[in-house]
Amino acid sequence: MKDPKDTRVVVGMSGGVDSSVAALLLKQQGYDVVGIFMKNWDDTDENGVCTATEDYEDVIRVCNQLDIPYYAVNFEKQYWEKVFTYFLEEYKAGRTPNPDVMCNKEIKFKAFLDHAMSLGADYLATGHYAQVRENNGKYEMLRGVDNNKDQTYFLNQLSQDVLKKVMFPLGHIEKKQVRAIAEEHGLATAKKKDSTGICFIGERNFKEFLSEYLPAQPGNMETLDGEVKGKHDGLMYYTLGQRQGLGIGGAGDPWFVVGKNVEENILYVGQGFHHDALYSDGLIATKVNWTSGETPEEPFSCTAKFRYRQNDSGVTVYPLEDGRLKVMFDEPERAITPGQAVVFYNEEVCLGGATIDTVLKEDTAITYVG
Amino acid sequence: MEAVYLDHAATSPVHPQVVEAMLPVYHEVFGNPSSVHNFGRKARRILDEARRTVAKSINASEKEIVFTSGGTEADNLAIIGTARANQEKGKHIITTSIEHHATLHAVENLESEGFEVTYLPVDESGAVRIEDVESSLRDDTILVSIMMVNNETGVIQPIDEIADLLKNHQAHFHSDIVQAYGLMKWDVQQVPVDFLAVSGHKINGPKGIGFLYIREGSTIESLQYGGEQERKRRAGTENVPAIKGLQTAIELIEDEREQYKENYLRYKQAFLQVLDENKVDYSVNGSKEKCVESIVNISFPGMNVEALLTNFDLSGIAASSGSACTAGSVEPSHVLTAMFGKGDPRTTNSIRFSFGLANNEDNVKDAAEKVSQIIHRLSD
Repeated sequence: MKDPKDTRVVVGMSGGVDSSVAALLLKQQGYDVVGIFMKNWDDTDENGVCTATEDYEDVIRVCNQLDIPYYAVNFEKQYWEKVFTYFLEEYKAGRTPNPDVMCNKEIKFKAFLDHAMSLGADYLATGHYAQVRENNGKYEMLRGVDNNKDQTYFLNQLSQDVLKKVMFPLGHIEKKQVRAIAEEHGLATAKKKDSTGICFIGERNFKEFLSEYLPAQPGNMETLDGEVKGKHDGLMYYTLGQRQGLGIGGAGDPWFVVGKNVEENILYVGQGFHHDALYSDGLIATKVNWTSGETPEEPFSCTAKFRYRQNDSGVTVYPLEDGRLKVMFDEPERAITPGQAVVFYNEEVCLGGATIDTVLKEDTAITYVG
Repeated sequence: MEAVYLDHAATSPVHPQVVEAMLPVYHEVFGNPSSVHNFGRKARRILDEARRTVAKSINASEKEIVFTSGGTEADNLAIIGTARANQEKGKHIITTSIEHHATLHAVENLESEGFEVTYLPVDESGAVRIEDVESSLRDDTILVSIMMVNNETGVIQPIDEIADLLKNHQAHFHSDIVQAYGLMKWDVQQVPVDFLAVSGHKINGPKGIGFLYIREGSTIESLQYGGEQERKRRAGTENVPAIKGLQTAIELIEDEREQYKENYLRYKQAFLQVLDENKVDYSVNGSKEKCVESIVNISFPGMNVEALLTNFDLSGIAASSGSACTAGSVEPSHVLTAMFGKGDPRTTNSIRFSFGLANNEDNVKDAAEKVSQIIHRLSD
């Protein structure tokens, strides 16, 4: 291992508090730190105001406080091709995509990593809450110690080649400590609000945003028995298990989205949070990645997350011959959503993940979830 | 790692003698040149002397010089001030598509006030064609604004010919000579321009100071309201120390111009020679002959500006590009787009290197070696 001062670390800086503190910690450890702001999306409004410009201003202020060089790089084209196109395709297919997983895989830890390496960097660091542990030349990705902030769910597609080149300086600390460190050092971003939601949508109305890119096709809202309960605005605006925005009144339990029929443009609804149709006992997943680089051949038990910030559930993973996975749940799971990621863990180690393709009930694909 | 500054067209190091000349003004002469007392008169004397030097440098009279905060303000005042003052004679303005934004954004602003603007094209050499100026002239043209030396390519525009062409036309002729002034001797008695904009910090003077030459008899509307400074053409207390600095910078270039030209040309040639020796794939954008000594704009096929500039800086080489890359948005250079067409790779893979006081043959050659290494590394 080289001396920190001879080790160049490019930090992906968003203008937020997390990446600011990541850069600060690396600087304190004596690394040759370079801050780079990545622009993936042009959201310039009619007044010529662009959040990226504001965010980059924050990057500049923080980098000047830390006395590190700062640059910007543009991946709008790659982001559009690799992430946004996929995002729209998935919605068209009636699924609920996860652009953050795709962005990490294709942009931050591919295009951006390559860019960092072309600048002579030894490592790429980000403000993600995750950890990398080296063990005899093998790299493991561990959850961030702040359980509430752990971001390994979004990083499930990282490979050994990537893990050996990344640093997550915040993995071993808690978010509130990160804020405290930022305040203690008077960083310009110490009190900046965390960004929420999907980066390219930001604070805007999701429905409005999507309608700019995909034609909405209103249709019927029906029970699984075919009883029409109302109209929907377009299947893409709804996700499984959703309660809000259905507009179905009347007596009894509230109504939930329980499925979609893309071909006939029907949104299935059912009454009650625990509606039976929302529950399943297994899934088939594609686009599998194992962070260890080794593909298991035998079935094994571990825990899994089916969405971000959910507790782990016990599962058994059956590798299929065609490379897909069959995942069986120890207990029935509610609202498993095609398009989202299933991510596997062994205690603190994130084993990898895949994209949920088909949802199973009694070993049969549920056709009504899209 | 010794950093090498190759971005003199962006701004230049302040000459030590300029700093030296300014210090006593800061220390001792704080008076307001408009005041009617001894303190004011001391400041006024400095102002008058400086104005004399400035005027003499272009063979103008002192009354024709207005101090401004720099090149941008001088361009704005010339363009907007003339247009507004002469709009009853017509509302047509001619400029080029390769002007500095200080000009382009000023005329765009005038468009929103109802003026009509013709943006002349340039050829691949980066120069505007005199025929195009001639054919776009109309009876209602009131202003022609064409820069002397383009700030991105260094290409020299045919200002003398344009000035001749406009001799018998009502249109005022403004030239932004910010990049030219340091290396090209100017005589307003020989070349009939009406306005010239100059910036202090491009000629080893201080920032925040420049001047506009306004030919006697030309009418302009002031853009700033306040006191009666600069014969009511530019309100606001004069920046006396900076004006003293500008004067000194001008005196220095008057003495050293020929030497500078010789040096910078040598640096440019040495720089390109090292690239050649290292078999770097490159091409020079714009005319090599009709180009100012201090600037060379180089296209590196297959590269992109962001990666190049970041790598250069991390290796201690300071250069820049016409492609704006603020906050990660790469806008292709408007100058190179005008020369080569929209979407041409040269508009996003070109770097401007500009030489000046911070250079010597050794550091220029060192920089060229590093540039060569980076290009080879990025090509792999």
